[in-house]
Amino acid sequence: MEALLNILQELHPEVDFAAADHLIDDKILDSFDIVTLVAEIDAEYDVAIPAEELLPENFNSAKALYALIEKLQDE
Amino acid sequence: MQFTSFGFLLFAAAVLLLYYLIPKRGQWILLLAASYFFYIWAGVEYLFFILLTTVTTYAAANLMGSRLAKQDAYLAAHKGELSREERKGYKAQVKKGNRVWMVLCLAVNFAVLAVCKGLIIDPFRTMFQESGLSFLTVGLPMGISFYMFQSMGYVVDVYRGTAKAEKNFFRLALFVSFFPQLIQGPISKFGQVAPTLYQPHDFDGKQVSFGLQRMLWGYFKKMVIADRIAVAVVALKGDEFTGVGFALLGLFYAAQIYGDFTGGIDITIGLAQALGIQLPENFIRPFFSKNIAEYWRRWHRTLGEWMKDYIFYPISVSAPMLKLSKSAKQKLGNFGRRLPVYIASIATWFVTGIWHGLTPNFVVWGMLNCFFIVLSEELTPLYEKFHGRFHLKEKAWYGAFEMLRMFVLMNFIRACDLFPNVGDYFGRVGSLFTTFNFSILWDGTMMNLGLTALDYGILLAGVVLIFSVSLVQEKKGSVRELLWSKPAAVRYILLFALFLVVLLMGSYGIGYNASNFIYNQF
Amino acid sequence: MKKKRIVTLAVTLCLCLAVLWFLQLLLMPKYMDVSRDGALTGEYYDNAGNNDVIFVGDCEVYENFSPITLWEEYGITSYIRGGPQQLIWQSYYLMEETFRYETPKVMVFNVLSMKYDTNAATGSSTQREAYNRMNLDGMRWSSSKWNSILASMTEEEAQWQSMFTYLFPILRYHDRWSQLTQDDFTYLFQKDQISDNGYLMQVGVKPVTDEHVERPLVDYSFGQTSWDYLDKMVALCQQYGTELVLIKAPTLSPVWWDEWDQQIEEYAQAHGLLYINFLDYQEEIGIDWNTDTYDTGLHLNVYGAEKLSRYFGEILAEQCGVPDRRGESQIAADWSEKVKTYQERKQTLESANTQS
Repeated sequence: MEALLNILQELHPEVDFAAADHLIDDKILDSFDIVTLVAEIDAEYDVAIPAEELLPENFNSAKALYALIEKLQDE
Repeated sequence: MQFTSFGFLLFAAAVLLLYYLIPKRGQWILLLAASYFFYIWAGVEYLFFILLTTVTTYAAANLMGSRLAKQDAYLAAHKGELSREERKGYKAQVKKGNRVWMVLCLAVNFAVLAVCKGLIIDPFRTMFQESGLSFLTVGLPMGISFYMFQSMGYVVDVYRGTAKAEKNFFRLALFVSFFPQLIQGPISKFGQVAPTLYQPHDFDGKQVSFGLQRMLWGYFKKMVIADRIAVAVVALKGDEFTGVGFALLGLFYAAQIYGDFTGGIDITIGLAQALGIQLPENFIRPFFSKNIAEYWRRWHRTLGEWMKDYIFYPISVSAPMLKLSKSAKQKLGNFGRRLPVYIASIATWFVTGIWHGLTPNFVVWGMLNCFFIVLSEELTPLYEKFHGRFHLKEKAWYGAFEMLRMFVLMNFIRACDLFPNVGDYFGRVGSLFTTFNFSILWDGTMMNLGLTALDYGILLAGVVLIFSVSLVQEKKGSVRELLWSKPAAVRYILLFALFLVVLLMGSYGIGYNASNFIYNQF
Repeated sequence: MKKKRIVTLAVTLCLCLAVLWFLQLLLMPKYMDVSRDGALTGEYYDNAGNNDVIFVGDCEVYENFSPITLWEEYGITSYIRGGPQQLIWQSYYLMEETFRYETPKVMVFNVLSMKYDTNAATGSSTQREAYNRMNLDGMRWSSSKWNSILASMTEEEAQWQSMFTYLFPILRYHDRWSQLTQDDFTYLFQKDQISDNGYLMQVGVKPVTDEHVERPLVDYSFGQTSWDYLDKMVALCQQYGTELVLIKAPTLSPVWWDEWDQQIEEYAQAHGLLYINFLDYQEEIGIDWNTDTYDTGLHLNVYGAEKLSRYFGEILAEQCGVPDRRGESQIAADWSEKVKTYQERKQTLESANTQS
């Protein structure tokens, strides 16, 4: 979780990612950010997030995103 | 049947009336029958195309769906026995099989689409004009770009497991052919429309009234603005209009395409709403966008979503791209990290371009959009420094400036639509910097574009009205809800006044060449 | 509460319809000053009933025959149901409609419009939407009007879609609001009677100067549509026991070819109809092309029309047995009013003409 927050922070230093939970709905993360995130997560966690998981509900908060990573690691 | 024809109004009225008179279970069947009536009206020879898409979509979705169902049953039955690895392997095997069906379905459909799009342009048009396929050289089968993209998106969703395969063929047929959105979208996802499309609907006075109000607003945009200004857009394409003339073309074309496309979608969504069906929004006041990327999230956004979900993401997060990202980051730093995004963007905009047409200018148009989006992305850090230094973000005028900047830039990009000859287009763009013929604004040229002073007055008043309504929507939300809270008399008078404006000032009937919805052609 | 809402809705709807109806009246052309012949069709209804002779046809009837003269000279009651560029199917449906109001003894049809077939090469370019409007908008609603519209619509009118614009003319004239004139308000609810029983009077004089020359045609046969409607006219008149008389007015242009004359002659003979080509009787009628035309021979003026009516009246009275009604007091009273109007109109027009 720590590493994920770091990645996010690097993308948008001005956002408090621990608290924010409408990252997509509030248009904080755009599609370019999401793709960058996927690449970073792949490098950090060795998890490839497939295109079908690129849904708003998976990226709206750091928590949701972390849950997705765990789920994919589990599979 | 065009939306602006008397025939369509009669047809829509008949469908609405029947819809609320027949038993509710039959409502969606009525819609299916009406949709096919609507389609066949356009030409029975095109029936083959929509049936082909419907049948292949149904077959592919259900083949995949039954395999997925079998997989789930198997996994459930052997829950304790299988190791993680075995489970993963089994799933991968099923997915691999499903991929064959998906690719096959996509290949067949997109091949047909490519042929249809190819036959309406030269040299193929002339080649096939005399053949049995001559009817395909005249124009595209109605709505093919829209219903096909909608169907293919659905096939991919079933493959990905984000949508269930619809087992009832006729229900799927309605999803593909639903007549209000058949001509020009919005391109809906199955999950977006299915909940309300097949549901029985009671007559809800407010919903029906809201739907009709929205249709009226759509007719206003389409008939009073777009169809009126159309003649001037054609005139301004003439060779003599360089410099300021070209800027004017960009401005007029913006008004035309806005009125035409958003008006058409208002009619579509309004009619669907009157039927109790909720379609996704296609426009969110796009001209209030501050940059091109935002514009494309607010203009024709169902197409943008489609491109993002099925082209941009799959390419940018594919394994090769992730690998490229890693290695490029080491060599090129931050820019390298973004390389996959840019490659995916170029691909996406290439596809978006040829979706609009197979002529070179649409590819150029796509690349121009892509270029400005990527450029603005790359310059973001620089901008932010600049904005922060002068505290521009807090200033209202700066926001307005950004919108104006986007509007002007987009006008010039959009004008590329109009010039099948790319060289001609760039010639005009170049003339913006060399020809300062402002005199055409007052030397009488404006009066030779096919519009009278009265027309200009109506257009100006119409644009001001649309702008004001958009402003209210942006700040306060639904205008219809606002009206709903007012006394009935006020509401009736305002709506009747709008109706009279459309009736008296709309461009229709003898003397006007009712122009097709521009997006009809794509 | 619900009842109240329904009442509000009903009242609103009525008000809206009233506004639309008013706007429609306002926007429709009045034809009182310019293109006055557009008002002719609508004037019939106040004069329907008790006419022994009905004329149908284009300007060759409503500019060339004077019912008032027929009355004054022979006591014949007649009405001209003419219209600008009235095409044969329009004439037919006007005939059909006439029988709803009265059964005349004689129906007179001017055969010039035989040459305008929907798809013949003989000049379909004359079929114009504006003329359709002038002929059709004035008709009252009936199946005759409906069928006449269906038969008349041009390609430009996009087939069946335009029916809506005939049903609700506001859809056709919706953009006239920028061209409204004083007339549109003056004649909003009440129009002037511009004709004398369908005769549109002209008093000017413009002599024939040149011979009217037209190029010979390649093919002189009339189109099938024209023949079909002529057959229908014959059948219709037979059904009502009305005598159909075919005429060709004596005006010089457009040219009435001998080949055409021949075909009509044969047709009349085969069907036992009376056919009079007045071009052959110019001397007997006494037409003087220096004084009796207001536009160099295309149409007669009132002096020519009176001469022609005197000539034709005799035929109607003697050959067709149309009775003299001057002895019937009620009818005579009505007609003496008409005569008065006619003479006043003639005087007014003549004095205006000499002044200018």
